[in-house]
Amino acid sequence: MPETQTKTAAPTKPQLFSKGHGACAGCGSAVAIRSILFNLGPNIVVSLATGCMEVVSTGYPDNCWGVPVVHSLFENAPAVASGVTRALKKRGSNAIPVVIGGDGSTYDIGFGALSGAMERNEDMIYFCYDNEAYENTGIQRSGATPKYAATTTSPKEVGGKSEWKKNVSFIAASHGVPYAATASIAFLSDLKKKIEKAKAIKGFRIITLFAGCQLGWKHEPSLSIEVARKAVNTGMWNLYEIENGVFHRTVKPKQIEPVENYLKMQGRFKHLKPEQVADIQQRINANQTELDKLETSAVNLSKIL
Amino acid sequence: MTLQITSGSKAIAWTAANCGIEVVAAYPITPSTVIPEELSRIQPEHGYEFIPVESELSAISAVIGASAAGTRAFTATSSQGLLLMTEALYNASGMRLPIVMVVANRAIGGPLNIWNDWSDAMALRDSGWIQLFCKNKQEAVDTLVQSFQIAEQTDVPVMVCFEGFYLTHEVSPVEIPDKEKCLSLLPPRKPKHTLDPANPELIGAFAGPAYFQKYKQEQLAEFNNSMPAIEKAAQDFENKFGRKQIPLIEETSLQDADYAVFTMSSLAETTEELVETLRTQGKKIGTLRLKCFRPFPKKLVAAALKNKKGVVVIEKDASSNDQGSLSHDLKEALYENNVQLPVLSCVCGLGGKDVRQKDIERAITELAQGKTETIWL
Repeated sequence: MPETQTKTAAPTKPQLFSKGHGACAGCGSAVAIRSILFNLGPNIVVSLATGCMEVVSTGYPDNCWGVPVVHSLFENAPAVASGVTRALKKRGSNAIPVVIGGDGSTYDIGFGALSGAMERNEDMIYFCYDNEAYENTGIQRSGATPKYAATTTSPKEVGGKSEWKKNVSFIAASHGVPYAATASIAFLSDLKKKIEKAKAIKGFRIITLFAGCQLGWKHEPSLSIEVARKAVNTGMWNLYEIENGVFHRTVKPKQIEPVENYLKMQGRFKHLKPEQVADIQQRINANQTELDKLETSAVNLSKIL
Repeated sequence: MTLQITSGSKAIAWTAANCGIEVVAAYPITPSTVIPEELSRIQPEHGYEFIPVESELSAISAVIGASAAGTRAFTATSSQGLLLMTEALYNASGMRLPIVMVVANRAIGGPLNIWNDWSDAMALRDSGWIQLFCKNKQEAVDTLVQSFQIAEQTDVPVMVCFEGFYLTHEVSPVEIPDKEKCLSLLPPRKPKHTLDPANPELIGAFAGPAYFQKYKQEQLAEFNNSMPAIEKAAQDFENKFGRKQIPLIEETSLQDADYAVFTMSSLAETTEELVETLRTQGKKIGTLRLKCFRPFPKKLVAAALKNKKGVVVIEKDASSNDQGSLSHDLKEALYENNVQLPVLSCVCGLGGKDVRQKDIERAITELAQGKTETIWL
């Protein structure tokens, strides 16, 4: 059975994110939120950053959330959640504080607040839905946008984005947090296991979820899951966890496919020249080698402080 | 009540702790630094959560989260720190969170300057926060207790403003309100809306054009209706602690005065002393001190000044419109209440510059000679 058709894809529990949200057809982030809430259950308090998922789900007088949510700003969700976390602790609540933010708030504008919360090891679970651009404001580049991808501020006329994507999970690991993982909307049973593991850990936990945006990535809405799966199968996105500083791959494709198979599915890479595709392929190959070395080396990243 | 010989900052920290705060988040900045330092030191005695955040924006944001989650939350800052919070300050008032914050007033750079004036609080005068400017350490401490009551009864956040250095660092006797008495005025918070998984609610919705303006209109109306709660809190405090409180405005030798000096904060002590001297010389001068800058008690201020020959405004900020912010608001209050009299804005004390009584006296003389163009003392 393919990864995407696991039991979690057909939930029997009441939906905690539903009620007619306004996300686009084929929105990967909506799949991400639905899966996150489904696996976490109702006993949580969400601090939501401004972004796609906030805008499509909280428009007064409607509310798509079946759990308590506080939304303040784009860049401050980890700090808001720090206050929520301490308030729940002070009041003796056992609800889990959760942050949900996109790559804009996580990688870029809220990065200081995220770093502060990680450094203090606040007892919360942070979820980043990474759609690799500021999709909400009209597809501008972010620190999570991959190199060469066309966005409205890194258009094809200038050859797309000129920098590589940041790695937030390793940045988190450098803070010494107990759990940092990546996940994908195409691998929901992997996500489920990671959420269950995160729930059982105290301290700051972060899961970065690869969740595409068909509008910004320019592919058919029906292909969102296929594109996400292809990202993993080509090594553009890697599924792993860093638990107490120890790196471990959770899903590893037997054979890495050529990255071209992933790039050609999306209009944002349409302008790429063969040498640019080769540059990405070379980067992926080197990355796979380094990740393999790291996994077999028993290096503890949390000890490198 | 315990009489302590201490600094304004420590007195504020001890009083905040006595008010039953549950979550504190703060970031150090001169001259308010000692407040979070002291709150972190005495935390074990009181049991609140102390979050040493990485910026002032995160300080106010953490306090927003804690307040939304139903707890009594507190922070303190100054100057650049207050401005770094700006975006979240509007958010806090828009979310109707009863946060209390102490602002040790300090200049805004550039050039960089760490000393006192009112530029920081004035920049946030339209942020939807109640702003109470305190005359001395004792009033700051007493006002802090009242502010939790005001905030929690109105769901409007409160800024307690007092002078950086002059009051934060001054060491002198001050009565610290007892915890037991404070808590009898401040029962545990019972929020109308909170973050409870048993009753999930959304705090901080998105509002489109059909709702946004209506919401802001209602928010502002309730903000402007908060003055009775400010007066009630002062009365309750006075009854409990037996110390006279000024909720909105304070008049000194004003009734029969020809000319008035209008000011706020610790400058009032300077002007009141001057007025006392001038009175011995037979000069009919009085002082009107504004305690509650936001909301601005326009009718009260206009009524107090209506029979005067003129008003000198002694103010520690300069707006881009070639006068201080206090003068703007005063002129508006007078105009709206059909009071016509000359107003002379005296911008002074910026970035810690000394304000001398003889300069204020000179300003009064110039006003009496018909001058109304802004002067810089």
